[in-house]
Amino acid sequence: MSKRILTIFMIVFVLFLYAPTLLLPIFAFNDSSIIAFPLSGFTLDWFKSLAAAVELRKAAVTSLTIAVTSAVIATILALLATSATVRYRFPGKGAMIGTIMLPMFLPEIIIGVSLLTVVLLAGLELSIYTIIMGHVLICTPFCIAILRSSFQQLDPSLEEASLDLGESRLTTFRRVTLPLIMPGVISSLLIAFTISLDEFVIAFFLSGTKPTLPVYIWSQLRFPQRIPSVMALGTLLLLLSIILLTLSELLRRRSARRLGKDMAGGAW
Amino acid sequence: MIKLTNIQKYYGSYHALRDVSCHIREGEFFSLLGPSGSGKTTLLRTIAGFEGIDSGDLMIGGQPMKGVPANKRPTNMVFQSYAIFPHMSVAQNVAYGLRAQRLSKAETASMVSEALAKVGLAGYGARAAHALSGGQRQRVALARALILKPKVLLLDEPMSALDRKLREEMQSELRHLQRNLGITFVLVTHDQEEALTMSDRVAVMFEGQIAQLDTPQALYKQPASKRVAEFFGAMNILRADIVDVKDGVATTRIEGLGTADLPMPRQADAGTAPPYCAGVRPELMTILDDGAQSYERETAATVTDVEYRGELTYYDVKFQGSDTPVVVSMRNTSNRTLKTVGQQVRIGWESASAVLLVDRS
Repeated sequence: MSKRILTIFMIVFVLFLYAPTLLLPIFAFNDSSIIAFPLSGFTLDWFKSLAAAVELRKAAVTSLTIAVTSAVIATILALLATSATVRYRFPGKGAMIGTIMLPMFLPEIIIGVSLLTVVLLAGLELSIYTIIMGHVLICTPFCIAILRSSFQQLDPSLEEASLDLGESRLTTFRRVTLPLIMPGVISSLLIAFTISLDEFVIAFFLSGTKPTLPVYIWSQLRFPQRIPSVMALGTLLLLLSIILLTLSELLRRRSARRLGKDMAGGAW
Repeated sequence: MIKLTNIQKYYGSYHALRDVSCHIREGEFFSLLGPSGSGKTTLLRTIAGFEGIDSGDLMIGGQPMKGVPANKRPTNMVFQSYAIFPHMSVAQNVAYGLRAQRLSKAETASMVSEALAKVGLAGYGARAAHALSGGQRQRVALARALILKPKVLLLDEPMSALDRKLREEMQSELRHLQRNLGITFVLVTHDQEEALTMSDRVAVMFEGQIAQLDTPQALYKQPASKRVAEFFGAMNILRADIVDVKDGVATTRIEGLGTADLPMPRQADAGTAPPYCAGVRPELMTILDDGAQSYERETAATVTDVEYRGELTYYDVKFQGSDTPVVVSMRNTSNRTLKTVGQQVRIGWESASAVLLVDRS
């Protein structure tokens, strides 16, 4: 009896999670500009219209640039922070970690407004750099959370062994530490990339003349006839996310296999 | 080879190494033996350069090591976890430290196969590191350290992860390797048997101090303190009162055994007069059969327990006028019959069987 309730609960739960997402591809291929059932026919027109939209492509390039840059910067910062906090004890360490992790829990609108204030006070112009700044701020805590677990799984005597065998701290990092935490680094890059790519609030506050993809999509929603194109765009983004996630999981499994079962890093 | 002078080391308020001084000679197999928390691993890591010291001097091969980082020291280490790089093959692990020497591929390959052959792993070069067994990992760690021809090889409890049979095998192999190579080995262990069988000299450490430094035989036969004595095998401890001291020999009244002349123990600080006790090893006393043997000393006792263990029999006895149970071990021979509980026996011993011990916690 209770088992059946649980089964129903699970089905409803999964439907609730994924059904709205499934609507995207359905209407992206629907031959009508009105988003409503019943479907009227199959078409690829909406995808074709994307190819013609110059503004959209520009927004996509802007978003990709920001996402890649933010992911790289956030991951490097997180690497530095975690290698210091996992290995060493120093005064104020707890407070420091807390401060870095805080943006994870702050509402983005607060971050957006306060960064906008800072940028305006400093007399800077809004540009993709200001967005990158904001995205690095919100991505870094996630990167740290992922990399921390990679570092904690790393036997510290491996690094000592490298030093003992004559390598400097820098070459030790390159030859031992980095290859062993690589699954974590890849996870960190991907999650930061994903967060930055679909982030709206901060990008909305801090974008200058170049909108990011989410900001562009939001601006298009004001025109009902463009909604099917947005659905087509959403379908492509969905596909991209699935490909990225699959890729990262495959990479993680491959390197985990290569390192043996005792060194399976990564967070996913 | 290694000279430690008045080494002090603190972790915050914890005094990890208390005024440690000793001289490790060139080409010897030296062991640091002690329970966990005795500072033996800290001392080894200090020599390797992973831990700094707060005061004192450390010299290796005549060179002061102050300010010399681990990667510039003439020492190499075999870690407790072996620290085999899991993302590399066996050959890449062994060749790891050779990079700075800028050898050709062929030279590297021949050195690696030579090193692997030395530790009994010839032909294992292409194996993935994570596919190795515990014993093989240890051999790789050894080859990886020895290929660099260090002046000193440091070993941090290398046998603790191995099962008993493999451990004994590796102990004798390590001993042979050390004799053949002539390199100074410094071994950290908490296993007294391991320290006794492998080492030329052993430093016994308690609470960050070297309690006694001597050859295995001397440590076993002439331990300086009760603590050291009890660390090496079984030792019967009896109350002792010193009646008179002359030329380093103490006339001592031992509980239940009577008076004997025993050499004064070597002690770190002669100024204080610590309480003393006497120790006698179970195998250095004999239960006398009627008539036959004559011993320098004989003492009457009562058997309180008998424990037959095949090769040996352990008797718990009590001397007349003493409440302390004393263990006597006897080798079982074909014509020797076991004593029974409650039986009155004569215990034969020599004054040389007893040692005077410092009884200080």
